[in-house]
Amino acid sequence: MTLLEEFGLWLKTLNWPEWAAYVVPALLGIVVVLGFVLALVIIFIWFERRLLARFQVRLGPNRLGPEGIFQPLATGLKVLLKEDIVPAKADKVVHWLAPIVVFAPILLIFAVVPLGQRAIFADLNVGVVYVVAISSISAVGIYMAGWGSNNKYALLGAMRSIAQLVSYEMPIVLSLIGVVLMAGSLSMTKIVEAQAIPFILLQPLGFAIFFLGALAEMNRSPFDLLEADSEIVAGFHTEYSGMKFAMFYMGEFGHAVTYCCIIATLFLGGWQGPLLPPIIWLLIKVFALYFVMIWIRATMPRLRVDQLMGFAWKALFPMAVVNLFVVAAEVLWLQTITPWVIVGINFVLAVFLVLMWSRLFTLGGGRVEV
Amino acid sequence: MAIKTEPFILNMGPQHPSTHGVFRMRVTLDGEVIVGLEPIIGYLHRGIEKLAEGRTYIQNMPFTDRLDYVTSMTNNLAYAMAVEKLAGIKVPERAEYFRVVIAEMMRISSHLMGVGFFLNDLGAMMTPVLYMWREREKVVDLFEMLCGQRLTYNYMRFGGVSQDVPEEFWPALKRFVAEMPKFIDEYEQLLSLNEILLARTKGVGILPSDMAVNIGASGPVLRASGVKWDLRRADPYSIYDRFDFDVPVGSVGDCYDRYMVKIEEMRQSVRILEQAIAQFPAKGELCANVPLLLRPPVGEVYGRIEAPKGELGFYLVSDNSIAPYRFHVRTPELINLTALREMTIGWKVADLIIIFGSIDICMGEIDR
Repeated sequence: MTLLEEFGLWLKTLNWPEWAAYVVPALLGIVVVLGFVLALVIIFIWFERRLLARFQVRLGPNRLGPEGIFQPLATGLKVLLKEDIVPAKADKVVHWLAPIVVFAPILLIFAVVPLGQRAIFADLNVGVVYVVAISSISAVGIYMAGWGSNNKYALLGAMRSIAQLVSYEMPIVLSLIGVVLMAGSLSMTKIVEAQAIPFILLQPLGFAIFFLGALAEMNRSPFDLLEADSEIVAGFHTEYSGMKFAMFYMGEFGHAVTYCCIIATLFLGGWQGPLLPPIIWLLIKVFALYFVMIWIRATMPRLRVDQLMGFAWKALFPMAVVNLFVVAAEVLWLQTITPWVIVGINFVLAVFLVLMWSRLFTLGGGRVEV
Repeated sequence: MAIKTEPFILNMGPQHPSTHGVFRMRVTLDGEVIVGLEPIIGYLHRGIEKLAEGRTYIQNMPFTDRLDYVTSMTNNLAYAMAVEKLAGIKVPERAEYFRVVIAEMMRISSHLMGVGFFLNDLGAMMTPVLYMWREREKVVDLFEMLCGQRLTYNYMRFGGVSQDVPEEFWPALKRFVAEMPKFIDEYEQLLSLNEILLARTKGVGILPSDMAVNIGASGPVLRASGVKWDLRRADPYSIYDRFDFDVPVGSVGDCYDRYMVKIEEMRQSVRILEQAIAQFPAKGELCANVPLLLRPPVGEVYGRIEAPKGELGFYLVSDNSIAPYRFHVRTPELINLTALREMTIGWKVADLIIIFGSIDICMGEIDR
């Protein structure tokens, strides 16, 4: 039973009407989750700007507040006061709706992310399916933005986004199934509880595939093709300004927050950890993941669009299939022996597969005769 | 049912983050594939060649700063050498050494920017650029000691250089030369063997050697195509015959070769700098005695040097007046750029950006 449900029951013992005992905890939960996500988004913005600056031998924002912690707030204020420009020939409704369609699903996903043992908004028994379903909606929003802007750069970015997000959904889901098989449940809470040994050890390959897929899903370097600023300026949000742009900006970091939380939950043991309170453990894992993502962003060049698709379909997808079958076989036949044997097998398998693919697989693509 | 598709025209630039200035390309795209490309230049045209005809020879020196503003010193040098050839001025030895040291520092600085922005075009989010700017900053600091300027130096004079260096210049230069090889290794470790970089640049935007020669390409673009042509060796000017250095060449002429040639040239420049500092004459004249209102004899002259980006030549015609009758600049970047269409057709939008970036241009010189 989650804390919110318990709160509802307690309200009922105080003779609150049935609907109030349902609505009040729900509203409270919404406020807490929203507060958590938005606060984390703001901290992530600061963290990324500051850390990226450190990687790039510069200082980064350091004026507003200690270590520049209030800079994102100032940026937000500036963006709020900016003029909102809509291109003359844009599809006004779609253009207006797109930032909301991109941003809302990010908040929705947090309904099933456990922040502590019972601190979860809704402990759905199909939590993983919910996550996969909701996180795909953002692709529609990005396409709406590209289409509605009536801008060729935006359209190019939007076209790229559809191809990219649809392709990377496959390996992500396949590596998720491995986790679900091992945990024996689709519920996020159960998956966390099943991780006496974190799944990153039990399925290193699954983690790697999910991590790379997540980078592509949230459009981060080296898969940031849809907003490749050196190629197509800003991609789908070229024509956005003011608060609508801020929605995309926050959406980008919101995506990072969500995927970090999901990876931490599914592979790193979520809120579990000794001594410290659960929420602190979750945050430690989230920030560690985000650090790696910033590190990659600060270093890696970008893939080309055909190489990106080739990487998804020729490398990640087959590896995810192999990983899935191996995990299924282990769950079926090796359940009685100690899990450390499975850890060993899977590490060897991961190293072997990655080495083999790095030898055999070529990104391909290249010049087209025209 | 087959969906009807048609190519569309994308206007890249003049306002675009990767056009390195105000270059405009009208690109015809079939999806992501480039089927047509029309470069449009002239957005930064200032009429320098015509303006120069109304000014005295020395007054034209600051104009050359504003050609390729990333390599002002070598522009100064090329112009000064053309005028010296026209007027028959002899340059003192110490000034020649100054010129070589400065030219090689300028080459390092220009290649740092070229390589850095090339990697930035590849999508490596500013990090390589900012690392390379750390070193460029040192070069710029040294130039500031020389002449007080950080971008447009106006340092060369006909028959020498304008002023002597302060004492603190030499230790700073020696430290820079000593540290530079380590930093070049650092850049190479960061990305040169990166899988994504190799996949993106190997075999992309090939400029075959015969086409490179036919269009008149020069500099790293020509050498990356495998043609060993460096004016410092092929037509030695100044005192370059006194130094021992190699001319790095590429093999196929793709973006990766153009990237590696620039990296290698930086190493060679460091070698030249080391030798030049060791041989540097302690005492001597800085500048030959040249009248302020120079009246070169009637005649025409073409003076050329190996600028960081290729053969930079000045064609000057004198009618024995105080101003040049004709002032023409042979800019390497404009000529290197002429093969852009042939190099990019069939590649994708992302490749267009890196091919364009690998040519390493600066609009100030192309539009003049």
